[in-house]
Amino acid sequence: MNKIVEKEQFSENVFKLVVEAPDVAVNRKAGHFVIIKLGEKGERIPLTIAGSDPERGTIDLVIQRVGVTSHKLTALNVGDTITDLVGPLGQATHIEKVGTVLAACGGVGTAPMLPIIEALKKAGNRIITVLAARTKELIILEDQMRQFSDEVIVMTDDGSYGTKGLVTKGMEDVINREKVDKSFVIGPAIMMKFAALTTKKYNIPTEASLNTIMVDGTGMCGACRITVGGKTKFVCVDGPEFDAHQVNFDEMLMRLGAYKDEEVRAFEAYLNN
Amino acid sequence: MENITDYYKSERAQDWRTEIRKSVKVKERTSMERTKMPEQEPTVRNKNSLEVNLGLVEKIALKEAQRCIDCPDPTCVKGCPVSIYIPKFIKKIEIGDFLGAATVLKETNTLPAVCGRVCPQEKQCEAQCFYTIKLNQPPVAIGYLERFAADYERNSGKTAIPEVAKPNGIKVASIGSGPASLAWSADMVKMGYDVTVFEALHEIGGVLKYGIPEFRLPNSIVDFEIDNLEKMGVKFVKNFVVGKTATIDDLRAKGFKAFFVGSGAGLPRFMNIPGENSIGIFSSNEYLTRVNLMGAAKEDHDTPVIIGKNVAVIGGGNTAMDSVRTAKRLGAERAMIIYRRSREEMPARLEEVHHAIDEEIEFLNLNNPVSYIADDKGRVQKMLVQKMELGEPDASGRRRPIPIEGSEYEIEVDEVVVAVGVSPNPLIPATVAGLETTKWGTIVVNDDLQSSVEDIFAGGDIVRGGATVILAMGDGRKAAAAMDKYITEKIKK
Repeated sequence: MNKIVEKEQFSENVFKLVVEAPDVAVNRKAGHFVIIKLGEKGERIPLTIAGSDPERGTIDLVIQRVGVTSHKLTALNVGDTITDLVGPLGQATHIEKVGTVLAACGGVGTAPMLPIIEALKKAGNRIITVLAARTKELIILEDQMRQFSDEVIVMTDDGSYGTKGLVTKGMEDVINREKVDKSFVIGPAIMMKFAALTTKKYNIPTEASLNTIMVDGTGMCGACRITVGGKTKFVCVDGPEFDAHQVNFDEMLMRLGAYKDEEVRAFEAYLNN
Repeated sequence: MENITDYYKSERAQDWRTEIRKSVKVKERTSMERTKMPEQEPTVRNKNSLEVNLGLVEKIALKEAQRCIDCPDPTCVKGCPVSIYIPKFIKKIEIGDFLGAATVLKETNTLPAVCGRVCPQEKQCEAQCFYTIKLNQPPVAIGYLERFAADYERNSGKTAIPEVAKPNGIKVASIGSGPASLAWSADMVKMGYDVTVFEALHEIGGVLKYGIPEFRLPNSIVDFEIDNLEKMGVKFVKNFVVGKTATIDDLRAKGFKAFFVGSGAGLPRFMNIPGENSIGIFSSNEYLTRVNLMGAAKEDHDTPVIIGKNVAVIGGGNTAMDSVRTAKRLGAERAMIIYRRSREEMPARLEEVHHAIDEEIEFLNLNNPVSYIADDKGRVQKMLVQKMELGEPDASGRRRPIPIEGSEYEIEVDEVVVAVGVSPNPLIPATVAGLETTKWGTIVVNDDLQSSVEDIFAGGDIVRGGATVILAMGDGRKAAAAMDKYITEKIKK
C-alpha cells in the first residue's frame, strides 16, 4: 500500500501524484518506471517516475487519463492509497557528457523527460528542449523543464501557445541552426516515430523511451516485446530506452492496439458504473 | 538422524505398524486393484475452472492404503526428491489416523497438498514402488494418498502448525516466493531464523499462482500453506524486486546474513520466426499470468485477454498442456497442441496428456510452426506449419525432429501461445558482483547449493533451468540445511 501525499491537476486529463515509496525514491534513476495496480481486481500498468524526494520517501507520477485504470488512479485523492506499487524497474538512462542535447517531448511525454534532462544537465550538457502538444493547456511542467534547459521551445498544433506547428518543426529549426550531438524523444508512439525520422535525416544519435503494454514488468511475460534492429527486445528489462532509429514503431503502434476493443468496452462499463 | 536404514527398521518394527501389516495377508493386498482418481466429466470440466481431480473419499483411501505391503526396504522413498517417509504415512492412513499421516508428510514436505496434485509421481515414488519394479502391476497410488491426507488435514480445521525453535535473531532472506523459497523458508523458520521472503509480484507463490491453473491447483490451497508459514513466523514482502527496489548489498547493510535465490526461470523463450510479434501471439507465461494471476477471463477484473476461437499452443510440456486446456475452458472451438516430436517424446506428465485428450484437445504432433500471417490490423490470422519426422536421438536422448521439405501447410488461428520453454531470470545474476553463472544464465552452485558468493545460495529453476515443483522444493530444503551450517560456522561463533 502506497499513500498519495500530494495531487495536482496539470490539465483536464493530466495529473501529478506524489506517492510514498521510500525504497523506490532512494534507488530510482532517470529512465526508471514503476508498475502499479489498483484493488484486488485491478490491472498492472507501467508509469514512468517523473521525480523523487529520497528524504521524504516519495516519488512523482504523472498520469494522463485515458482508460479505466488511469481514470481510477486520477480519481484518488491525498490520503488514499495505491494497492500495489513496484519498482524502480527498467534500465536507467545512460547519462554522459556529449555536448548539446535536443530533448523533444510530446504531451505527457514531458514527465519522463524531466529526470532525464535533469541528469543530463548535471552531467554538463547544453539542453535544448522542445515542448510540443496539441494545444496550450496540454503543455505541462514548463517551469520545471526550464529549470534544467538552456532553451525551451514551445510548439502547439493549433498555435494557441508558442509556435504553431508539430514537434518535428521545432526540432528541425534547432538542428538547422546549430550542431546537436544527441537527441531524446518521448511522447506518443506516432510522435516518436516522426521525431526519430527527423533526427535520422541528420544522423543525430537518438534515444526514445517506450511505453508499451506490460503485465509483470520484470521480463517474465513478453507482452511489451518490440523489434529493435530486427531483434525482439523486452521494453521492461531491456529498455525502456532504445536507439530510436532502430525501433520498429509501426509494429509497436500495432501492438499498442492489441486490446483496443476490450479497452473501449471496459471504459464504457466503467462510465456506466 | 541416525542411519536412515536403521531408522526405517525401528519405525517399521513398532507395534502399530507390525499389527496393521499382519492384519491383511500380502497376497490379499497385492490382489487389490489400484483405485482410479474420480474426476469431473471431461465435457463438463472443459467449460469450467474447477479442479479436474476430485480426490479420494475416506473409504477408498483406506482401501488404497491397504495395497501398500510396507516393504522392509521402501524403494519408493528413494524416488522422492524430499524423501517423504512414504510407508509410514500410508500405514497411518490404513489405521485411520489421517491427521497422523499428514504430520508424517509435513516432516519432510512443506506443501503436501500441492505435491499430491502436481508431482510427476509416475516418474518418482510410484516408478520405484514394489508393484512397479517387482510385480509389474500398477503402483500404489502414493500421489492420490498424499493429496488425501493433506486435504483431510486442511478440511479438518485441525492443522498442526509445526514447532519452531527459539528465535535466534539472525536475519535471512529469499528472493522469490515460489516452491523452492517456500520450502526453504519453512526449514529456516523452524530452526529459529528471522526469515523474510521477497516477491516481485503482488501475490506470494510464484509459479504456483501465476503458472499452474486453478483446474490443476486451486489458489486457495497455496494460500492456506502460505498462511501456515506466516503463522510460523515467516515474513512475506510483496512488490519488492531484489536488485532494483534494493540490492543484495542494501539488504546486507540491513543485517541480512545469508540469501537464498529462488527467482525461477522467468524469461519466456520465443522461436524468432516471422510474424511472431503479431497481436494474439503470447508467451505461455503471459497467457497464464493474465488468466491465473490477473483474473483476465473474469468479467469484473480489469486485465484483458484475447479469447480465441482457434487456438494453437506450441510445445509439449506441462505448461503447453496448461495453456491449451485453459484456452478450451475459455471457449476455444479448436484448441490445438502443435508439437515438433511425437507423443512418446512429450515432456508433459502422462496424466495431463490424457486429461487433455479427454477434454477434446487436438494434438498435431510432428508439426512445427514456420511463420505467422496477420491481418491488416496486425492480428494473427494463419500459421504456416511444417511437418516433421524423427531422426536419431539428440543430446536430450530424444529422437531429433527433422523438417520434411515441401510439407508446409496453413492452419487458421486467431490466438497462439508459445510454450517452448523458459530461461532463467537474469535480474539477480545481473545485479550481484561476482556471482558466477553458466552460459545458459543459470547460477553456478556447489553440492551445498552455495554460489560463488559465499552468503548466497540458490535452487530451483534459477539453478536447474526449468524443472519441477518438487525438485525446487528439494533444493530449498537442501539449501536451508547448508545455509544453517554456513551461518553456524561463520557467524554464530
